[in-house]
Amino acid sequence: MGKPKLKELHIRQDWCKGCGICVHFCPQKVLELDDKDKAFAARPQDCISCRLCELRCPDLAIEVETEEE
Amino acid sequence: MAIKDYLRERFFPHMWCPGCGHGTVLNGMLRAIENLALEKNDIVMVSGIGCSARITGYVDFHTLHTIHGRALAFATGVKMSRPDLNLIVPMGDGDALAIGGNHFIHAARRNIDITAIIMNNRIYGMTGGQFSPLTGYGKMATTAPYANIDHAFDTVSLAISAGATFVARTTTYHVKQLTDIIQKAIQHKGFSVVEVLTQCPTYFGRKNKEGGAVEMLENYKNSTTPVGSQAGQVNPDLIERGIFVEKQMPEYCSEYSKIIQKAVKRK
Ligand SMILES: Cc1ncc(C[n+]2csc(CCOP(=O)(O)OP(=O)(O)O)c2C)c(N)n1
Ligand code: SF4
Ligand code: SF4
Ligand code: SF4
Ligand SMILES: [Mg+2]
Repeated sequence: MGKPKLKELHIRQDWCKGCGICVHFCPQKVLELDDKDKAFAARPQDCISCRLCELRCPDLAIEVETEEE
Repeated sequence: MAIKDYLRERFFPHMWCPGCGHGTVLNGMLRAIENLALEKNDIVMVSGIGCSARITGYVDFHTLHTIHGRALAFATGVKMSRPDLNLIVPMGDGDALAIGGNHFIHAARRNIDITAIIMNNRIYGMTGGQFSPLTGYGKMATTAPYANIDHAFDTVSLAISAGATFVARTTTYHVKQLTDIIQKAIQHKGFSVVEVLTQCPTYFGRKNKEGGAVEMLENYKNSTTPVGSQAGQVNPDLIERGIFVEKQMPEYCSEYSKIIQKAVKRK
């Protein structure tokens, strides 16, 4: 069993309130806020699927889908 | 079961402010429940009143949104009549330790099998930022414009001395620990107390110039330390987090059922 590889970062922009927590604490700087203050994956290729964004998001707006699933 | 199966998605986006830590507590709690693979119908979540108490509206379990400070009294009633169910009671710091302080200490003293989660943002969020028994000396609140002169409870020491048999503390920054601790608290048979330091950027953060949610989380990272750590001994200002007490004691509903058996035999 290798490290889980990212399949897709699902971000529900209608639930996101733009708090910036996921952006600031992502260890790989994958995420950014767009001009409407909604989070999006700017550099998904750098994601290590640590799931910290998914766990910290106060709005339950992020789901990290990995290849194994 | 996936997290979304535990949610009442029709009520999302939820009512909490951007960056409010209460949502992260909900997040961690659902992951704990998911890891334990609990059936939705075996969980009863009871809350009082406050921003924190609104949590029951968002989960697809049996839920009771009751009155301020009295969630543990309602939960005690449910647990006594249906001891087979898992009772989870999320409370605000005001809900649990101001108006609800008496219910809290006596539920702990009885060691009834309920998981109490104290979402401690050190303020009355819902009503506009009044100080609570956890605000602390020198802190600002709308009702303490020249700084608060009340000293705060230490929730962990209070819970331990009142008799809780599982007592832990964590923060909304330490999300893996949050899930792990809530999971253990639910599994524990007896009264479990989990204090979660959770940010209210709208009132506590703004009044105390602590910045927004990101800065408040940075502060949880920098101002806490694992229980018993070297760093904590060198710097007593660091707040300890982790599990403080985990012990087995006779549980209230089990003791009560023994009493019933005795009474039935005598008839
Ligand atoms: C009997 C009663 N007294 C007072 C209130 C007003 N009230 C509503 S919520 C609240 C305090 C909320 O603070 P806390 O429990 O810390 O929850 P938070 O909003 O910070 O999550 C108060 C005093 C009430 N609803 N009922
Ligand atoms: S943590 Fe959640 S709510 Fe905050 S910016 Fe990221 S996706 Fe949006
Ligand atoms: S899973 Fe980890 S690395 Fe990937 S975006 Fe989220 S926080 Fe960043
Ligand atoms: S007032 Fe504070 S506690 Fe209430 S929702 Fe807003 S940030 Fe959260
Ligand atoms: Mg509060």
